[in-house]
Amino acid sequence: MATIDLNRLIKRYGHTTVVHGIDLSVRDGEFVVLVGPSGCGKSTTLRMIAGLEEISGGEIRIDGRVVNDLQPKDRNIAMVFQNYAIYPHMTVADNIAFGLYRSNLSKSEKRQRVEQAAETLGLSQLLDRRPSALSGGQRQRVAIGRAMVRDPAAFLFDEPLSNLDAQLRTQMRIEIKRLHHRLGTTSVFVTHDQVEAMTMADRIVVMRDGRILQVGTPLELYENPVDIFTARFIGSPTMNLLPASLRDGGADLALGGSVQVPSAAATSADILVGARPQDLVPSSPGVPGLTVSGTVVVVETLGSETLVHIESAGQTVIGSAPGRQIPQIGEHLTLHAPAERLYYFDEATEKALAAR
Amino acid sequence: MKAAAFPPGLMMPHIRPGRILCWTLLFIGGVIMVTPLLFMLSTSLKDASQVYDLRVIPETPTLDNYIEILGDGRFTRWLMNSTIVAVIVTLSNVFFDSLVGYTLAKFRFRGRYIVFIAILSTLMIPTEMLVLPWYLMASQFGWIDSYWGIMFPGMMTAFGTFLMKQFFEGVPDDFLEAARIDGLNEFTIWWKIAMPLVTPALSALAIFTFLGNWTAFFWPLIVTTSAELYTLPVGLSSFAVEQSIQWEKIMTGASIATLPTLIIFLFLQRYIVRGVMLTGLKG
Repeated sequence: MATIDLNRLIKRYGHTTVVHGIDLSVRDGEFVVLVGPSGCGKSTTLRMIAGLEEISGGEIRIDGRVVNDLQPKDRNIAMVFQNYAIYPHMTVADNIAFGLYRSNLSKSEKRQRVEQAAETLGLSQLLDRRPSALSGGQRQRVAIGRAMVRDPAAFLFDEPLSNLDAQLRTQMRIEIKRLHHRLGTTSVFVTHDQVEAMTMADRIVVMRDGRILQVGTPLELYENPVDIFTARFIGSPTMNLLPASLRDGGADLALGGSVQVPSAAATSADILVGARPQDLVPSSPGVPGLTVSGTVVVVETLGSETLVHIESAGQTVIGSAPGRQIPQIGEHLTLHAPAERLYYFDEATEKALAAR
Repeated sequence: MKAAAFPPGLMMPHIRPGRILCWTLLFIGGVIMVTPLLFMLSTSLKDASQVYDLRVIPETPTLDNYIEILGDGRFTRWLMNSTIVAVIVTLSNVFFDSLVGYTLAKFRFRGRYIVFIAILSTLMIPTEMLVLPWYLMASQFGWIDSYWGIMFPGMMTAFGTFLMKQFFEGVPDDFLEAARIDGLNEFTIWWKIAMPLVTPALSALAIFTFLGNWTAFFWPLIVTTSAELYTLPVGLSSFAVEQSIQWEKIMTGASIATLPTLIIFLFLQRYIVRGVMLTGLKG
């Protein structure tokens, strides 16, 4: 196990800077997820930690040791790739054993380690098979097996679940999480899927345009996003953002009606009032908060809940209703979110106006 | 024929005119290709007096030519020379072409593009133009009339390098990076990881290089002076020069020389077809 520290880490390709001096400390045994849209620099950051990309500036420390100039093989890390990177000309056993290529273990010890890893990952019956005879999930398990057999200081995962179908992705997500609990190895996981980030991470690192926007536990990011990007990126469906203009003690919404705004948030004339669909539910506005009325245009039945899209003054707002309460399209509906569940952002700077 | 003549449930087969034309052309092509082979085999089974009798099946077939040729020490020597040259040049091409192709495909270094263009540009120089510099080089280094003299121009080819580069570009970088993290050095990554992933291309390159060298005539004729170092095609041609034209001997030798080619084709047909499909290269 190990700590990973990034100090003012920079990556440039020619004159283009893709990672702008980021700082991050991953604690020993922690599961950290780098999340962000394509091109935000998360994979580049991971590859710099692995040593597969040279760094243009800054410092990387693994377990306190500066590894800037060390080859990937000398960093004692293991990496799981998006395309599995398991060798098609080798059996499952050979693929897993390949992780021990440089180890000084005896043949029988290597065999024992391979069998152990295979048992942990449920691959014992597949050791003699070739990757072409495996399903996507099994291939990914082989890739994880090759990584874990070496007992590395840290695991690096580069979007390892992207090529799996939705059901398998959920299953593998749970398996990786359980594996992390069992092994306790420091892990850095890259994904663009916020659900993966929320469900797997001890801490999430939100990245955009080569910069870290926010670092925190999943709930911290969900409850206290520092800006509009994080607010919209974390949480599904995405947060509703309604333009409003400040006036004394409150704000007039562009789509009609008004909300009370806490004094700490009343610092900008034009704001965006945020409400998560889960907080915006059909009810009568008995308590202060945000009320939106409109016509139901789309209904998404999920079973446990029903997502309702209503159109109000030309803007679509998403709310949620209980699973068995399915509104009809064209129906007039009023959605309400209590004041303590609202978010406020400066429209110009896109920053959050008050911590909740 | 009326459709009703077919059993119930079966339709009269629809034969398209394009298909008939295609089959006819293929048949004509097949005849053109096979006829010389048949005549070669037929002539090899005739004695000298029947050579100009153009019947395909000899009146009195004989294996005397084969017995004589195989008993002639020179022929077996030429056979061995061709085998040595073709095998060594093939192994060399597979090794060096893929090594350079891999380097050009997978490493980013200054001048990489220029090196690649320089290699490619040599493809545009016809062999006839290269023969003189090759000969001068062989002469100055003392390689005339030696195995090395026959082999050196083909030990590595621009086409093979280009072919392998294209194939290595299709090998996902993830494989190589995973191996780097697992602690392999660059040479081992190439040998253990990248090479097995381009087996179809390697097979195609090996087959075509072997066949090309097995049948090579022009350069071995120029660079060899003593009969002990002749390759099979050069040796066979000497039958036409030294002892007037002994067609039955030439055809017998040619039939034997064709055997490895046929065996290769029979056993590696799949790879040859795949090679032609993948590379657009014909043997």
